[in-house]
Amino acid sequence: MTATTLAADHDHEHEHHGAPHGIRRWLYSTNHKDIGTMYLVFALTMLFMGGASAMLIRMELFMPGLQLLEPDLYNNLVTNHALLMIFGAVMPAAAGMANWMIPLMIGAPDMALPRMNNLSFWILPAAGTMLILSFVVPFFPGGGTQINTGWTLYPPLSIQVGMSMDFLIFAIHLLGISSVLASINIIVTIFNMRAPGMKLMEMPIFVWTWLVTAFLLILVVPVLAGGVTMLLFDRHFGTSFFNAAGGGDPVLFQHLFWFFGHPEVYILILPSFGILASIVPTFSRKPLFGYNSLVGGMIAIMVIGMVVWAHHQYTIGMSLAAVSYFMIGTIIISIPVGLMVFNYMATMWKGSMTFETPMLFAVAILLMFSFGGLTGIMLAVVPADMQYHDSMFVVAHFHYVLLPGAVFGLFAGVFYWLPKWTGHMYNERLAKIFFWVNVISFNVTFFPQHFIGLAGMPRRIVDYNVMFTEFNVLSSVAAFVFGLSHLLFLYIIIDTVRRGKQVEAKVWEGAKGLEWELPSPPPYHSWTTPPVLAR
Amino acid sequence: MNHKHTGALAVVASAAWAGPAAAELGLNFPQPAAGVAQEIYDIHMLTTTIAAVLLVIIFGFVIYSLVHHRKSRGYQADQHFHESWFGHWSWVIVPVLVLGVDLTIANSAQKTLEKVWEIPKGEDLMDVKVVGHQWWWEYEYLDHSVDVDGKPKNLRIESRYLPEDKAGEHYLRAVDNPLVLPVGSKVRFLHTSADVNHAFWVPELAVKKDAIPGYITETWVDLNREGTFRGQCAELCGTWHSRMPIVVESVSKEKFATWVEQQKQVMLASAAEANVDKTWGKDDLMAKGKDLYNSKCSACHQINGQGLPPAFPALAGSKIATGPIQGHLDIILNGKAGTAMVPWNTLNDLEIAAIATYERNAWGNDVGDLVQPRDVRAARSVAVK
Repeated sequence: MTATTLAADHDHEHEHHGAPHGIRRWLYSTNHKDIGTMYLVFALTMLFMGGASAMLIRMELFMPGLQLLEPDLYNNLVTNHALLMIFGAVMPAAAGMANWMIPLMIGAPDMALPRMNNLSFWILPAAGTMLILSFVVPFFPGGGTQINTGWTLYPPLSIQVGMSMDFLIFAIHLLGISSVLASINIIVTIFNMRAPGMKLMEMPIFVWTWLVTAFLLILVVPVLAGGVTMLLFDRHFGTSFFNAAGGGDPVLFQHLFWFFGHPEVYILILPSFGILASIVPTFSRKPLFGYNSLVGGMIAIMVIGMVVWAHHQYTIGMSLAAVSYFMIGTIIISIPVGLMVFNYMATMWKGSMTFETPMLFAVAILLMFSFGGLTGIMLAVVPADMQYHDSMFVVAHFHYVLLPGAVFGLFAGVFYWLPKWTGHMYNERLAKIFFWVNVISFNVTFFPQHFIGLAGMPRRIVDYNVMFTEFNVLSSVAAFVFGLSHLLFLYIIIDTVRRGKQVEAKVWEGAKGLEWELPSPPPYHSWTTPPVLAR
Repeated sequence: MNHKHTGALAVVASAAWAGPAAAELGLNFPQPAAGVAQEIYDIHMLTTTIAAVLLVIIFGFVIYSLVHHRKSRGYQADQHFHESWFGHWSWVIVPVLVLGVDLTIANSAQKTLEKVWEIPKGEDLMDVKVVGHQWWWEYEYLDHSVDVDGKPKNLRIESRYLPEDKAGEHYLRAVDNPLVLPVGSKVRFLHTSADVNHAFWVPELAVKKDAIPGYITETWVDLNREGTFRGQCAELCGTWHSRMPIVVESVSKEKFATWVEQQKQVMLASAAEANVDKTWGKDDLMAKGKDLYNSKCSACHQINGQGLPPAFPALAGSKIATGPIQGHLDIILNGKAGTAMVPWNTLNDLEIAAIATYERNAWGNDVGDLVQPRDVRAARSVAVK
């Protein structure tokens, strides 16, 4: 059931007011579209900062030897890159998409809790500032040592770090508060604000993925907050939660961290998978295959995903029974994930496909994410993981999962909905150039890292033996192309906003769903009268 | 340096990363050197093959669809495909197929896991305690000891990275004192750490395990060929994580026995030297101190004594190194909590005396006084109280 009609009397001339002007429009905004835009702009800014740290990392690894970075600065960048990308870029971008699209897709006039929506966004710039300070503070006199732990923050190493670690802990607290508030808002909106008659099992899959993601966030973010708070107490108040000498347990932190950290992977991936569920049927001109099993699959992912965290810690010396359980649990996740990927392939099957940029990304995601998923099954196998663990193979694996699975899905979503948001069409030719450069350079960057990992290069090292040179050079050169290609992405967005051609309400020939019933761009207040769903 | 540039040029110029270069480039695990490593290698090859076959199938379906089911070819979308029998039952068919693959993998993996994970029972294993330090490895042979001062002392090796001029092409994968092990015997490693987490990883032995303070974790190997096997610390352990190589020398049992004997003599000789109650001259202490300092202390405090502030303070001109001997010895013996400065009290009196003397009189520190082994002994007894 996706066909809908507009309510006959839906009329935008009767709106109470338009957008306020000036800074107040943004600072005091309770409008889901404006807040969505701010989330997306924030995420894009962080994407470039996280990208810059990745470029510095690849520059250092371009050749063996210490050329550019002090070892601690390198470790600081490794930490910083992960945190900026995960908490700064991907999560806010997905939240921005949720803000923009969920009300449009379910026929709601706005999010259920607009003032809280404002709060959950405006915490982010503060959190981002704290995060950046944690990186910058050591460069000032008396600023202590740099964070050299990686984003995993394992003690005892994280106990040794100077005050920058405290900035980071508070940044994580703020980011967590923002995420939990946004999740509450999304859940309340989805449960209460659907157009009359829209059942849960009639919602677009994107809305479903966010419902599941929001529950996951509420379940796991507090665990991370607890973990880093205990770390803070160990650092300053003489507790010994993680200090073996005081009767504590350094491994406890790893469990707390990954109890959050593994579901976090699904938090990053699920919204992007939801975007695919809009894009693939549109450009295949054919209904989505397996709606029910997609919903079932993502709920299974949420449940199983929460109980397999320790596969990140196979080498800590768990009992045979424990590792056997975590291995089998992890392998089993391939069932719901495989089912979701299969459903998208089956949606393309016997379709009448065209390949506009969102669809190109969707196809690339299915292929590359499948590859990342398969190396994931390899990593799940405990005896083999004794070899892969903490090597460059793992770095290659999770970039194959997170770039296609999360980031490329967000790119696809931007190209798919940008005409709806702005009322302007993007430059298809430039977008296709961006796609090809982006996807090819991504593969050349990360594919060789599998090999150097197998050959014995550990991850997170600032300097390496000459035997790893060739692939690192290749990886670095491609990484620069990959990084720079995002400037084209930025240009395309600016160009679209400024000069793009005006588009119709229904931008894509095969598009279905409530958002395409509204004009492009949608009025400041949309669905002030709920849509009547066609039966 | 030549290696780097020619290697880089080869890649940039030809971009050929298969072909003839593949022979020297590592594309897969190195040849296993232990029975358990062979098991791990086999399970790795099995899962790789399964993953490759699945990937080909997925690519096959998607590419077929991309070629045939496109609008530009006039293909009419089948609007009822999802309502076909396949559409109704795929949610059962697909999971069952995936489950079949999963069980195949899990079944083989479980067998391998049970073999490699637990130490064989009722067998005679040689025990080696592996202690991770920032940033060096300590190997203690629990089955080999000598009597020092009437107490048995285990054979102990300190293994540190070699600087580039000494290590050559193996830089970052070469050490001063390798871990020597006899081929053909079963070895149990007991891993722990003195400071932060580390991880012991030699690809030829395959078994990786974290070294965690407060924990003792175990792995075991049955070495089946001789050779030099190189690995690195695999858990981020701070500034010089990249400078914690592990080198295993797998040698014949006879060679191993000879080597053990030699090491015992070295230990006895150094203990004897430290025990002589004599007053050492400045030149002797400074020469000894320089060697010891450069090998044990310079990773943090640097060869030139300048340190890497703020993490590692400079010793040149430092208040402690130029202050009273008592305070200087206290920090060497007891470390400083919450920092990377660990207690160095396992060094003998002569060694600590030499290091302290060197630190007080090098790099422009010219306190002029000498620290004698008996001063260290006195400082230790204070620490005990």
